[in-house]
Amino acid sequence: MSRPEEIAPAEIFYNDDESFKYTSNSRVQMIQAKMTLRALDLLNLESEEPHLILDLGCGSGLSGEILTEEGYNWIGMDIAPSMLATAIDRGIEGDLFLSDLGNGVPFRAGTFDAAISISAIQWLCNADSSGSDPKKRLMTFFNTLYASLKRGGKFVAQFYPKTDDQTESILGAAKVAGFGGGLIIDEPESKRNKKYYLVLTAGVSDRGV
Amino acid sequence: MKFITTNFVKCAVKTCSSSDKAFPLKYEECQVVLDEQQEFNPEFIVHMLDKLNWDALVKVARDLGKTDLPTQKPEGLDPIMEDDAAVLRDLHSLLIQSNIVEGKMVCENCEHIYFIKNSIPNFLLPPHLC
Ligand SMILES: [Zn+2]
Repeated sequence: MSRPEEIAPAEIFYNDDESFKYTSNSRVQMIQAKMTLRALDLLNLESEEPHLILDLGCGSGLSGEILTEEGYNWIGMDIAPSMLATAIDRGIEGDLFLSDLGNGVPFRAGTFDAAISISAIQWLCNADSSGSDPKKRLMTFFNTLYASLKRGGKFVAQFYPKTDDQTESILGAAKVAGFGGGLIIDEPESKRNKKYYLVLTAGVSDRGV
Repeated sequence: MKFITTNFVKCAVKTCSSSDKAFPLKYEECQVVLDEQQEFNPEFIVHMLDKLNWDALVKVARDLGKTDLPTQKPEGLDPIMEDDAAVLRDLHSLLIQSNIVEGKMVCENCEHIYFIKNSIPNFLLPPHLC
């Protein structure tokens, strides 16, 4: 089975039909929910306090719904208009931005208490639109994300790396931008359930991983 | 897009990243709808007040035709106190319930226009601005 990111750019792959199919598939819903909860686990936020979370590649709001259920406020960004339209139709709580993560996160310094991303950042490694340079796009993404997080704010991203090189370039760009942290692999022995999580901190934090 | 988000979003054009004119954006021809469904969460408002740039808030409120905001940020609000709770409720109505469903956001540095349609701001940039 081909990976969606090998077929077409995200905004073209997730057209109205694909967005609807994806969002209403109960297996997709279950896996996305499970990974979102795991990402929240890894964020390890102070549960008594309110938080504003950025959801990168929020799609139709499957992860956002979990954030709302868990009592978080959030803003989502995605490049696929059909996914965002589906999110609006489903009445999600967060604000939605149509934008390309590779062009950066357009929020002023210290806006977010934390950020998550579920199944999205591997798209940044593709050079499929005219003149796009994955290396530059990764750097822009991590630099602007770093700035938009409060100091000590964390970013947890579940992603699907195609190769070890992709994982290395993602980790490398994050470090150059100033993030500390690394990779956590869940169920490493399972071909089917193996999941990669990037767990990063913007500057120093007094809370453990 | 909720009104509160205007206090955080800035121009995405690379050459504007160090300009202090790229925030806040200027709001034009906006249609604002009150979304009563949004639940009142006083603790969240108190948390966000800390982060708010009040001058920017007053400026954008004026863009949207609201001119009665105090010039100083209300400080030290406690949801338990009745007077404070009333202030928080007003802020909730402005910040969280006011939803910009259509309109334009203009960068005062590069003059790029971002359109808001169906409550979603479009931040996709043409290649020459990335
Ligand atoms: Zn600009």
